Amino acid sequence: MTPRWKFWVIGGLAVAVAAAAIYFPMLRRRVKRAARIQQQSEEQARRELIQPVPINPSDPRVKAKLFWGSETDDSTLVPAVVELPLSNDAVLRSKQVLNTLLAGPVDTELRTLPPDAVLLAFYLLPDGTAVADFSEALATSIPSGIVSEQLAVNSIARTLEANVPQVQRLKILIHGQEVETLAGHLDLTGSFMVNTKLALPMANPAPMAPGTSRAAPPAGPLTPDKDPGKLAQPERKPQNSWTHERSLQEEE
Amino acid sequence: MLLDVGNIVHFRNLPSFALVIMLMIGAAVVFPSHDSTHAQQPPSSSPSQTNPSATSPQGGAAGSAASAFGARLQSSGLNIVVLDPAHGGTDPGARGTGGIRESEIVLDFAIQVRRALELQGFQVVQTRQGNENPSFDDRSALANAQRGAVFVTLHISSTGLPGTVRVYVNSDLPPVTDSNGLIPWDRAQAPFLGLSRKLGDLVQGLLAQRFKGSPENAQTAAVRQLRTTAAPAIAVEISSVTVNDRADLDRMAQGVGEAIAGGAAAFKPSYVVPSVAGALP
Repeated sequence: MTPRWKFWVIGGLAVAVAAAAIYFPMLRRRVKRAARIQQQSEEQARRELIQPVPINPSDPRVKAKLFWGSETDDSTLVPAVVELPLSNDAVLRSKQVLNTLLAGPVDTELRTLPPDAVLLAFYLLPDGTAVADFSEALATSIPSGIVSEQLAVNSIARTLEANVPQVQRLKILIHGQEVETLAGHLDLTGSFMVNTKLALPMANPAPMAPGTSRAAPPAGPLTPDKDPGKLAQPERKPQNSWTHERSLQEEE
Repeated sequence: MLLDVGNIVHFRNLPSFALVIMLMIGAAVVFPSHDSTHAQQPPSSSPSQTNPSATSPQGGAAGSAASAFGARLQSSGLNIVVLDPAHGGTDPGARGTGGIRESEIVLDFAIQVRRALELQGFQVVQTRQGNENPSFDDRSALANAQRGAVFVTLHISSTGLPGTVRVYVNSDLPPVTDSNGLIPWDRAQAPFLGLSRKLGDLVQGLLAQRFKGSPENAQTAAVRQLRTTAAPAIAVEISSVTVNDRADLDRMAQGVGEAIAGGAAAFKPSYVVPSVAGALP
């Protein structure tokens, strides 16, 4: 009786091992597939969540002006005219044009923003300041450098200026936070001038007129524009009350 | 075990001990020791002798107060160039093919630029000597503690036409309107924008002659490093880390150095630092 019992136990174990050897690879494949599907659905859900800006076919189709890189000079921007159905609402319209800007031109070499960057949120304050909140990829995937970072910010500012006249200034956040620089160079602690014509009459902040920015310095010995006075101690957090005059190298 | 002080200093030897101490003090007065900041001093041929404040640069805004004495002696104008090799430490800056790192290349460029500036008689103070990464404010503070200095930050870009160089000055900032007469630290560049443009155009003009395809005039950009610098300040960005051979970049170093030094020398006569008591940048 005992040998027969042993035979069945060993036989059962052998069958179990064989079954496991066949089943485990299948299980592994299934888990991987499930993870991939979950990842895709998360990505899809994220995109659906952060891009609640459906292109409404009933919106009037207008010729939007989007600013991407130049074929001849990679330090300049050129406008591209794209026909899009754009909402009349300033916030929706801003999201629509910025998402199209992020999607990039046909020639991917002319992109100004990283392909994996996403517009997380967009607000328009009553004073005309637009707050655009981008995903971290905008800061981490952009080529580091003054030229490339300035091109990225200018492409956003110019695109908003050309398509959403209500936007006067632009403040860029990264994942909901204010950051010191975009990728080590360009200052993001202040805001950028977008629509100079509308913003100029405002008393505070008081950005310089664009015409005066490149005025030739007076002849003769030069001194600081104003007696410098003493320098105040640095603060832990900089005040965000200034507006950078946007400088453009643009081919129209 | 207790230490028996009496075994170390015998009272009967006190006069000779005091004599030795006095001799040591006398020697210290006659031959002052050199501290670590002397690593940043120029050769004796430079005009540093007239500017004691600049020979001991200190980080932080408090350094400006310490330089009051030097400021009085240095009302003639520009003597010092604060040279800033950007990035460093955990921040490599732009990274190119073949492991090229912006933080390393700018440090090599700084050697050439420094040499060219010293040949023009400038004293050079570097914001970093090795692979460390001072904050933006610390780098600015080094310039803000000087008087009659200009600030040059060196960068290598990720993009742009290889072999070209661009000079940037800070984009316009709102005028300083502090009723206390203090310049807000976060807009310290505001009163110097005109001077920065003048310096930037001079350097860019020389760079355009040496490196074809470079712009003729300085560009403006919201460069974070420049905003808190209370001195004529420019950013020089060389294109780019995407070169196939690092030697292509290295070959540019001498020309970049000579252009910066030539621009600073041309700028020097027109830069008159006001010698108003208490008006310290």
